[in-house]
Amino acid sequence: MGKAWTFGENMNTDEIIPGRFNITIDPKELAKNVFCEVKPEFAKSVQPGDVVVGGPNFGCGSSREHAPIAIKGAGVQCVIAASFARIFFRNAINIGLPILECPEAVAGIREGDEVEVDLSSGQIRNLTTGAVFQARPLPDFVLKIAAAGGIVNFLKEHDIQELMA
Amino acid sequence: MGTLVEEIFSRKAGRRVQAGEIVLLDVDYIMSHDNTTPLAIKAFREIGKPIYDKNRIVLHLDHAYPAPNVMAAENHRKIIDFVKEQELPHLFMQGVCHQVMLEEGFVTPGAIIIGADSHSNTYGVMGAFGAGLGSTEIAVAWVTGKCWFKVPETIRIELHGQTQPGVYAKDVMIHIAGLLGMDGATYRSVEFGGEYIENLPMHERIIFPNMSTEIGAKCGLIAADQVTIDYLENETPAGGQPSPQPLSRGERGQVPSPLGGERRVRDFELLRPVNPRYERVLEIDVSTLTPQVACHPDVDNVKPLEQVEGLEVHEVYIGTCTNARYEDLEIVANMLKGKRVNPLVRVIVTPASQRIYKKALQNGLIEILMDAGCTVTGTGCGACIGRHGGILAPGERALTTMNRNFVGRMGSPLAEIYLASPATAAATALTGRITDPRKMQKSE
Repeated sequence: MGKAWTFGENMNTDEIIPGRFNITIDPKELAKNVFCEVKPEFAKSVQPGDVVVGGPNFGCGSSREHAPIAIKGAGVQCVIAASFARIFFRNAINIGLPILECPEAVAGIREGDEVEVDLSSGQIRNLTTGAVFQARPLPDFVLKIAAAGGIVNFLKEHDIQELMA
Repeated sequence: MGTLVEEIFSRKAGRRVQAGEIVLLDVDYIMSHDNTTPLAIKAFREIGKPIYDKNRIVLHLDHAYPAPNVMAAENHRKIIDFVKEQELPHLFMQGVCHQVMLEEGFVTPGAIIIGADSHSNTYGVMGAFGAGLGSTEIAVAWVTGKCWFKVPETIRIELHGQTQPGVYAKDVMIHIAGLLGMDGATYRSVEFGGEYIENLPMHERIIFPNMSTEIGAKCGLIAADQVTIDYLENETPAGGQPSPQPLSRGERGQVPSPLGGERRVRDFELLRPVNPRYERVLEIDVSTLTPQVACHPDVDNVKPLEQVEGLEVHEVYIGTCTNARYEDLEIVANMLKGKRVNPLVRVIVTPASQRIYKKALQNGLIEILMDAGCTVTGTGCGACIGRHGGILAPGERALTTMNRNFVGRMGSPLAEIYLASPATAAATALTGRITDPRKMQKSE
């Protein structure tokens, strides 16, 4: 359970973490400046378990993994967006930041609402309003990567071919 | 049978693949740069497995090079130490990664090249699949030689006619970005074709795959043809000839050329769409198009130049993987020859690569630019990522030849970035206000 932080459409990687802060790969360091230009209070006030809610094309722009790492480093439990930009989508899966695509939930969650997310079923509950949303299920191989806690951990135990098995 | 991306993937997979399928494919080259390689090294160490094929790894120092601060220097040190430790053959410090990949012959028709940089789509100009990925996946490809892909649906953009004088590929692509929007092609392959594309030289073609990233595309493709072959033969070190042996890079002699071996011969297959099924086909007539500007704060905030004409600018930046090739510098030099840029405007020119810089120097372009009052910097990504080489102050406005105008990209989040062609940049440099290049070109 956590508090929802809402963001608009086309939230790009420079807005998530401006390029000038990408001189480090330390998640905690990056987290200090995450969303600093679009929501300056976020980095100071975010609590572990909080949820980021974004509009369509969340994470567009650069290929930088610094963006999902910064969000994960801030303790965010999950990003729910109407849709994700493709590189951000891959990067989040690969580094183990849970993401759910659910336009209905994005429309039904406001800033500060208490939100509960069940990642295995994709169910999203807005505890403030009582509304329940079902996110689109993720493909099997994505679940395999997520279950391992990211692709790096997956490869420690498995051959890459097993992703498609 | 299929779209160009289906043809490329099918050839690699050794079977017919179609949009919607998820495939695990061999990759030809794996590109990363000083911004993204440190994270890949970290992931590589965590995976704890050896590199699959050192010859497939291509590293560049270009994003913050030469190092503008100690942390960037530490990144460079980390990468160079890794190259020594792993005895990697391909490390470059000679310009923007995508330009160097093309110049050095890593990009050949039908190849699959992934890069830890969003503008890796650029490689589509050679009829190759190029896509941007994150650093972790780069490390995965280092140890497996493979990458998973969802075969994308394709949007075909059919471009008809010829542009008027003063209107360039950049104007056409900015126009397309305005039509489709920043997420207009998300997850899609965008195929650019039609007689306009077929008649374009390589340096103009590059704009389309390069900026396909800005409309969300997974890849932007142009089918290889004689222009592609001519580029490989005339502009890349191996002379574009399939060779049984790896070739050396001649007088520099640091690394073997990627050209060579059996794989090379297959890379010359000129794949084309065969009875393709497109999700959508866009027909655009370029013959009536006027110069276009992508305005602050989004790439799809596109206006015909006349609507923003006269807007004051504080910096003109001519550089990046989009528009800092020899021909771009030539357009600018032709317009600035014998003139002076506005003395209150910083006009910064960053050639995309050392080879371009050298040719521009030999042919007198650099002297013309300097005499006109431009500041010519060393090669690389320069001011485009807001680390060095032309950072903007709060309240400033820049007109640039870049591909992206996100808020804060060139430094202060309170600065504004406008994107346009090199000709528009040159005209604007002269007046200090956004200016139609056709007026300046006519007066010559």
